[in-house]
Amino acid sequence: MSLKDRVERCLGDYATAFVECRGDLCVEVPVEDVLKVIASLKDELGFDFLSDLFGVDNSVLFEKKAKAAKKKKKAEDEALPGDDVPPPPRFEVNYLLLSLERNERLQVKIRVPEDKPEVDSVTGIWKAATWPEREVYDMYGIKFKGHPDLRRLLMWDEFPAYPLRKDYPLEGQGEERHLSYTTTES
Amino acid sequence: MAQQCPNIPEVGDFVTINIGPSHPAMHGTLRVIAQTDGETILKADPEIGYLHRGVEKLGENLTYHQFIPLTDRLNYCSAITNNVSYEMAVEKLMGLEVPEKAQLIRMIMMELTRISDHIVCIGILGVDLGAFTPYFYLFIQREEIYEIFEWFNGSRLTTTFGRIGGVEADLPEDFEQRWEELKPNLRKAIDETDRLFTHNRIWMDRTIGTTAISPEDALNWGFTGPCLRAAGVKRDLRKDEPYGMYDKVNFEVPTGKHGDVFDRYIVRMIEMEESIKIIDQAFQMYKEMAPDAPLRAKVPKIIKPPEGEVYHAIESPNGELGFFVKSDGSDKPYRIKIRPPCYMIYQAFPELVQGEMIADLIACLSSLNIIAGELDR
Amino acid sequence: MEDWGIAIIKVVFIWVWTLLCATVMTWVERRGAGMIQDRLGPNRAGPFGLFQPLADGIKLFTKEDIVPANARKILFSLGPILFAIPAFSAYAVIPFGDKIVVGGKEILLQVADVNVGFLYVVAIGSMAVYGIVVGGWGSNNKYSILGGLRSTAQMISYEVPWGLALLAAVLVYGTFSLRQIALAQQGTFLGFLPNWGIFKQPLGFILFIVAAYAEANRVPFDLPEAESEIVAGYHTEYGSMRLGLYLFGEYVNLYTLSALMVTFYFGAWHLPYLDMSKFLGPISYGIASFIVFFLKVAFFLWLFVWVRWTVPRFRYDQLMNLGWKSLIPLALLNLFITALCIQITA
Repeated sequence: MSLKDRVERCLGDYATAFVECRGDLCVEVPVEDVLKVIASLKDELGFDFLSDLFGVDNSVLFEKKAKAAKKKKKAEDEALPGDDVPPPPRFEVNYLLLSLERNERLQVKIRVPEDKPEVDSVTGIWKAATWPEREVYDMYGIKFKGHPDLRRLLMWDEFPAYPLRKDYPLEGQGEERHLSYTTTES
Repeated sequence: MAQQCPNIPEVGDFVTINIGPSHPAMHGTLRVIAQTDGETILKADPEIGYLHRGVEKLGENLTYHQFIPLTDRLNYCSAITNNVSYEMAVEKLMGLEVPEKAQLIRMIMMELTRISDHIVCIGILGVDLGAFTPYFYLFIQREEIYEIFEWFNGSRLTTTFGRIGGVEADLPEDFEQRWEELKPNLRKAIDETDRLFTHNRIWMDRTIGTTAISPEDALNWGFTGPCLRAAGVKRDLRKDEPYGMYDKVNFEVPTGKHGDVFDRYIVRMIEMEESIKIIDQAFQMYKEMAPDAPLRAKVPKIIKPPEGEVYHAIESPNGELGFFVKSDGSDKPYRIKIRPPCYMIYQAFPELVQGEMIADLIACLSSLNIIAGELDR
Repeated sequence: MEDWGIAIIKVVFIWVWTLLCATVMTWVERRGAGMIQDRLGPNRAGPFGLFQPLADGIKLFTKEDIVPANARKILFSLGPILFAIPAFSAYAVIPFGDKIVVGGKEILLQVADVNVGFLYVVAIGSMAVYGIVVGGWGSNNKYSILGGLRSTAQMISYEVPWGLALLAAVLVYGTFSLRQIALAQQGTFLGFLPNWGIFKQPLGFILFIVAAYAEANRVPFDLPEAESEIVAGYHTEYGSMRLGLYLFGEYVNLYTLSALMVTFYFGAWHLPYLDMSKFLGPISYGIASFIVFFLKVAFFLWLFVWVRWTVPRFRYDQLMNLGWKSLIPLALLNLFITALCIQITA
């Protein structure tokens, strides 16, 4: 049985979409059910290793797609007002799972809306998620509920923005100029 | 002390010492805030980010080829592996078939990198435990390896090796001569290190049982590479998910039993020997190739992979080094995520060193081979 | 008055000599490291880099003398002095040759032949720890304090086996005077061995040399200044000549310890199976005894270098275990056996 079938059987309705790219299988699940899904993938399908966890900001991609769709629509000159589909949630969080026994990799994807950037933490299942979750929080501002120590990881604690979001400029916003230095007095 | 770690309350007679970011034993810019009771560590909190350069953000604003030089700066002790790992991810995204000759050249270079990386790790581990001499024995040979890199790539440390779809140049003609000269010296240096360290009573006392980790914990923490193998899990991507031509060469994957500093050291020592064997076999295969065999797949001048996302991992000297590349169809990657091996390993650091002594903290750090460049990206 | 003059000449001579040796020792250590490690070492200043210590000295003297803002200034200045003075004064009772006859006057090659020379050496040797602790404490730096504390624990622990090992030797020779001990090692032992302390006290010598390495804070016992753990230990905050005093004091200590090893265990200025005084004139004998003694010392100095570049460092608890659980019981055993043997043969 192929991996896709097994995942489909294991997850049932939780799996909302499957994408396959060059042999990499990616399954999309609802954001609320991520803990359940990951636990059952670990217990039933033997995905016992968290290879990586990271976020992606899809805002630019969606904009581009929406623009392209609009252009296409204009070209077709079809007047369908009020048919603008709300874009899908801005962020995604990806979990790269690995089954050591079967040597299979699976990407689990959840989409996280910008107005409610909250995901259940998987640190209870894998300690390996500790820093990657902190990094996603640091870089995208997605909060992980139940994380034991959700602080910024790479940027300093007072850093005001989320640098890997697509609307953050590459050259920064001069935050380093406002760094507060603490000095010790004798 | 300028900053207190929020995790560590200042209580009682305990002393909070701040090790790093500039400290002789902190390789690169690592910082550990440790709360100690005398010499015993009650709590250690590693703080990272001092070498954060935003490589992933930069990658989103560069073309696919322009990103290769940035990958040199990740793990600067094994730049070639980083280059190849990234190139392989992009090739996978584009569905490119890399010519065999290019794959062999990559393999030879990657194994040379593995040796030089392990040399750094073992040499520095020795220095941190107070034994200076093997460091020099090994580093003289590393210098020779870097000579080969320089003469092949034009640079020693930041190699920018390979191109997407293959390699840029063939191995120079006198590679065989150079390698045959290097090999015995390398073996001798490894052997001398082995004789100075492995059965040395002080070395054994210092390393055996220090910061040991069980295989279950190691997997839970996301360990890969020599540190995972030292814990007894036989996993090597070269064997388990063979890429390139690794399925055509014979080599052993060494494993340890206890996951302590000593096992990590031994695993690395054996891996160097195995790498020498791999290079020999790969070079043999290389010699059987036609001299005018292609070195690069047909790649367009401007690389525009189709929309999609792939993850490709290879066995870097430190462990699983993966690149996740997401393309939106343009000439710049939409998102590049690097999965550095020591990033996952280093997060287990507080658990590893808890209850050990300050000297063990240093030994543990060097045996894990934490490279700030790939840790912070 | 004449005796005073000779005494002053002897003091100045041995002071200059040990200083010179300590200076050259820094060069030997670095060139030796280069030799062992397959590299060159300092070779630019003068022939074979021999003027390198001079250059280092000039550098240390001319560097800015910095006292950290939060340091306790008095203790900070006191530390190096407290370390250097015992180091220089310990050599006073150790001979550096037999005797030389000039103008019909017999001059002992020793600053002072104290009849409790052994006690003096042990007492002065244990003073060095104050310099380290005071310096480490006065620096007001956590690494310095850690280094100072490590050093205290280490030196106090290893003084016990050190003293006990020497005590067994004292039992053998039946005297506290180092000159008498040296003189007692003439001739042969059991008919075929040189009459040296090492053959009477083999275990004692091993204990002594191990403890001596710990006393001198040398690898594998260089925990107080373990650069990869606590930066530079007690002298992290020191610079300029204050640091110079610490480093010099250390090398002078090495010289003293090597001289003690030679005096107690390696027959002082005696050559095996050969009595130099029988065929050498009074002056040449004096010089020869000095040279023989120095060559033996030089060997042990080289041994310090050799060991330093060969073995790793102990961990703190292992160091304590070795000291208290292995060396001290062994030293007591050694003392007991020695006493027993003397009782039986007496």
